[in-house]
Amino acid sequence: MIEWLVEPFTFGFMQTALASTLVASVTCAVLSCWLVLIGWSLMGDAVSHAVLPGVVLAYVVGAPFALGALVFGVLAVVLIGVVRDTGRVKEDASIGIVFTTLFALGLVLVSVTPSQTDLTHIIFGNLLGVSPADLVQIVVLGAVVLVVLLLKRRDLVLYAFDRVHAHAIGLDVRLLSALLLGLLALTCVVALQAVGVVLVVAMLIIPGATAHLLTERFTRMLVLAPALAAACGVLGLYLSYHLDTTPGPMVVLAQGAVFAVVYLASPRNGLVGRRLAAARRRRRLASV
Amino acid sequence: MTTPAVEVDALTVHYDDVLALDDVTLRLAPGRVCGLIGMNGAGKSTLMKAVLGAVRPDRGTVRLHGLTPARARRSNVVGYMPQSEAVDWDFPLSVRDVVMTGRYGHLGFTRRPGRRDRDAVDAALDRVGLADLADRQIGRLSGGQRKRTFLARGIAQEARVLLLDEPFAGVDTTSEATITRLLRELAGDGVTVLVSTHDLQALPELADEAVLLRRRVLRHGPPAEVLAPETLALAFGLEESAGAGGALRQAQGAGVGSAAQAPPQRAEPVEARAPGALRQAQGVEVGDQGAGVGEAHDDRGVR
Repeated sequence: MIEWLVEPFTFGFMQTALASTLVASVTCAVLSCWLVLIGWSLMGDAVSHAVLPGVVLAYVVGAPFALGALVFGVLAVVLIGVVRDTGRVKEDASIGIVFTTLFALGLVLVSVTPSQTDLTHIIFGNLLGVSPADLVQIVVLGAVVLVVLLLKRRDLVLYAFDRVHAHAIGLDVRLLSALLLGLLALTCVVALQAVGVVLVVAMLIIPGATAHLLTERFTRMLVLAPALAAACGVLGLYLSYHLDTTPGPMVVLAQGAVFAVVYLASPRNGLVGRRLAAARRRRRLASV
Repeated sequence: MTTPAVEVDALTVHYDDVLALDDVTLRLAPGRVCGLIGMNGAGKSTLMKAVLGAVRPDRGTVRLHGLTPARARRSNVVGYMPQSEAVDWDFPLSVRDVVMTGRYGHLGFTRRPGRRDRDAVDAALDRVGLADLADRQIGRLSGGQRKRTFLARGIAQEARVLLLDEPFAGVDTTSEATITRLLRELAGDGVTVLVSTHDLQALPELADEAVLLRRRVLRHGPPAEVLAPETLALAFGLEESAGAGGALRQAQGAGVGSAAQAPPQRAEPVEARAPGALRQAQGVEVGDQGAGVGEAHDDRGVR
């Protein structure tokens, strides 16, 4: 048993993989608390896909990935707004149109860029190929995102809960929205290496949604979501090592499994708990 | 003459092509409670959001205690209570958390509350009678308790102008009486209260003055005057020739209004004068779908 636990992390590449998984999981999980409450899950999906062309172009010109991601993340949000506000096209359709088009552009750019192997890793993730330089970038970006989120957490919660009041007390609502979207784009870069563009959105939704089923306090969500995500990260890596499966998707699978368990078994909001409570109510009524 | 607490001048607002407010001019003196009445879609919510500066007017100006809306917001002059439908009641916040957001305008970069802020929140919770429920998640409150939570937020904010959008919707009579008493008390402290309501019977007890809105200000004066049957008929789009008698007959056809729920003794002053028009007015309100366009777009105001 101990060998089962220790052996994987005797390898350097597994240690790097663990470090990058933990940073990516925790950063995504903290941000996910806001995204699920605002109702921006689809926005997370959109931005995470739309950053692909930016990352590819950054690779081509030798600029930092984060810069390219930020530019295209912002571009995606602006385009979504423009398409939506011209009428006729509803918001979900405009999100769907914009992000798939940008994602397709990214795929085309990948296909014409030499050294394709590197770039396909961006799409599907490559946890076992994270270089020390990559890890430094992941840690620095993750730390920036986390510090900003935690310092401005009260304003961001108020933004998520009641924008009109936020506006009424003199907060800049547009700025807060832009801040959150910018952090979303940076977070996508943090998680690219771990799970890839396609699955980032899972880590941006599942931990927050799971935590919300477990607690009625935002501050506890902020602890529960990253704790669950980190545990899933470790679990996913162990399973991937011993079952010889691909690690990034394994981590996401673990998160999905934990969500399923919580969804069924959470005392207050779980399916089983609600059924039992309903049955108790019926019995009480019947016995009266 | 003292500076008005609320000063709206020739305000016109469009949502896309829909005219929501048309040349609205309105002055409220400090320490007054003003009831805002009118059909759904008459522009009540829009007027409040325009006063907050949350929707951009095509024409006209708003001043709060002489300040532009932007300056007024920064100096915590104005507090706002949203309609219940605009609130996510599953949001993982406690009553105390929500009331504390009233203090944010007084706080620094990270909004970390200090001793004074916690005291202000406790005092506000005491005042609205929610001290015992302070740690409860907001979705686990009754309709009246939910409204009182947001009222406490305005109190903790120390706002001098309070804008309340439908504070009596979905509220039982006991809570309604409590909220009415609190609003009267706040007015006594010099707070100006602009409150939109559908409960016409309770208006004379609640408000010092009333504004009847139908995109324009149709009447502004003492509640009794504004609630006169011919005025109401005007607001709710009835044929003037139908008069009170015709309105009564029509009312029995469409009489879904909330009039039946209100205690009869309180309803008397108005009922005696305008039984039909009043009840029909409320019937129309429930039935009218087409007029709701303005309000349906309201949440676009702030983004």
